[in-house]
Amino acid sequence: MERKNFQKNYLINFIAVLFLFGIIVMSLQMKLINNYYQGLLIIAGINIMAASSLNLAAGYMGQLALGHAGFMAIGAYTAALIGLHTNLPVMAKLIVGIGCGGVMAGLFGVLIGIPALRLRGDYLGIVTLGFGEIIRIALYNLPFTGGAAGLKKIPKLINLPILFVILVLVISFLFLFVRSRHGRALLSIKEDEIAAESVGVPTIYYKVYGFAVSAFLAGVAGGCLAYFQRALDPNKFKFMLSVEFFIIVVLGGMGSFTGTILAGLFLAFINEFLYEVDELRLVIYAVLLIVVMIFKPSGLLGNREFSLTASGRWLKRKLTEKK
Amino acid sequence: MEQLLQQIINSLHVGSIYALIALGYTMVYGIVQLINFAHGDILMVGAYFAFFGLTAYRLPFGVSLLVAVIICALLGMLIDKIAYKPLRNAPRISALITALGVSMFLENGFRYLFGADTKRMPDIIGAEKAFRFGSVRISHMTFITIAVAVLFMLSLQLIVHYTKTGKAMRSVSEDTKAAQLMGINVDRTIAITFAIGSALGAVGGILYSMNYYEVQPYMGMMPGLKAFVAAVLGGIGSIPGAMLGGFVIGGVETITRGYISSTWADAFVFGILIIVLIFKPTGILGKNMKEKV
Repeated sequence: MERKNFQKNYLINFIAVLFLFGIIVMSLQMKLINNYYQGLLIIAGINIMAASSLNLAAGYMGQLALGHAGFMAIGAYTAALIGLHTNLPVMAKLIVGIGCGGVMAGLFGVLIGIPALRLRGDYLGIVTLGFGEIIRIALYNLPFTGGAAGLKKIPKLINLPILFVILVLVISFLFLFVRSRHGRALLSIKEDEIAAESVGVPTIYYKVYGFAVSAFLAGVAGGCLAYFQRALDPNKFKFMLSVEFFIIVVLGGMGSFTGTILAGLFLAFINEFLYEVDELRLVIYAVLLIVVMIFKPSGLLGNREFSLTASGRWLKRKLTEKK
Repeated sequence: MEQLLQQIINSLHVGSIYALIALGYTMVYGIVQLINFAHGDILMVGAYFAFFGLTAYRLPFGVSLLVAVIICALLGMLIDKIAYKPLRNAPRISALITALGVSMFLENGFRYLFGADTKRMPDIIGAEKAFRFGSVRISHMTFITIAVAVLFMLSLQLIVHYTKTGKAMRSVSEDTKAAQLMGINVDRTIAITFAIGSALGAVGGILYSMNYYEVQPYMGMMPGLKAFVAAVLGGIGSIPGAMLGGFVIGGVETITRGYISSTWADAFVFGILIIVLIFKPTGILGKNMKEKV
């Protein structure tokens, strides 16, 4: 019975996603979305991807990770170098480039995670922050990253439908991951690390594991950014970028991927309106961050998820109640 | 040899600034277990007010320093009251995110109010002039920086060890609940800690901006981070540790800049942080804390 219900829910969600994909392709075909808005949506999608990966570390594991811009940079530069120096067919290049970008970022995640995650939460924040800075300094100084000018003429392999597919894959993976045995282990660490350890969850192993997955996905987001923007320079990956991801996560709700998606889209469009007052934009964000933390620390959606099937059931109940 | 001596003097100069800033981090962490990300921006605020005091109001150096320090102390208390106090019992990550928010607010608020352009700190103490000992030169700036830093650190030690407030601060950081039971006003003590920490940060910021002649809204970020590394290195929560850590970081930075590579110096500083956390997570002078259930 349970199993069958699951399958039904998966099917409904799958059809909904397919439907959305259809809408996107159709509106691109009919030129309902111009290039400008396509770019806006792609950037929003990449931000959502990076913020969701951060949400895994911050929302589900309760670890303050402030270096996701660094992981993103690793993914972006790896993908860019593969794009520039290999002769693969387009699709293969996309998959290999983004895959390698993710794996590279994941490896660094393990490397950073092992020393930092042995310690309590706030040290991780500062180590990842320092790590992000090291990456940025390295990008300025390494022989193959192009220094301050960065890399240019990276092949453009990303458009809105492709990004949508990657985003759906990432989000679906995250959904399945947090509902798996591993995901429950991560959640138990967030709730109470000592209690988790005492019931036999190897906390350090799972923290490093979860952190590496999070870094991997940030790397994937970086790869997408490289293949969309065609030019990279170290200045893109400043500390503020990590903070912007944090704002998305906090606004949407720590531990809610649908919240992250909503917040990512919301901020992307708000940015357009606040563009006029660019200097005040970050002041407003800062105030928003503080106010949300003081009055609703779990974020707008908290750890609830928006669920199509659950809202369907809710609607059905409301309708039958009326009768 | 003489070059090395010169580098050591430079290290002491940079290190004393980091030490001053690191004290603010370590004191606040010791008492409320919060990484006060906004501390780096307090030093920016301090530099701005000293700059205005020196240029717009043409106050003498000592007066503008004092005014800026008092304003920053009040600002530190205000930040604690508005942003951190409501979150005292919330999960740590919430308080940390709030601290990030405060930091962002100060940086961008100042950028909005006074512009993003770099202002040039006037040179009022003849910073370029120097005492010479053979081929080793100690500039007035270096001399004043080290003197002011040592003065403030000594007075901090006196406050912490020989006054009632200092005793209260030590006891609150040891055990907040027990301190409360003994009749110590915990909130007041925390506010005073923020005030003293911010004041020291402001002094550090002013000395920093005088050394590099620049004042701009994001200037606090880098020295703030490095000072935090210094605090962790020395053992966070430990006041002598922060001083020691500051000088060590200053030394590492100067020596790397001088002998290895000037572009990689910052990476070295953060690399040290990671190495310290691997081998001695509690820092050089930190106490080993057992986790309680």
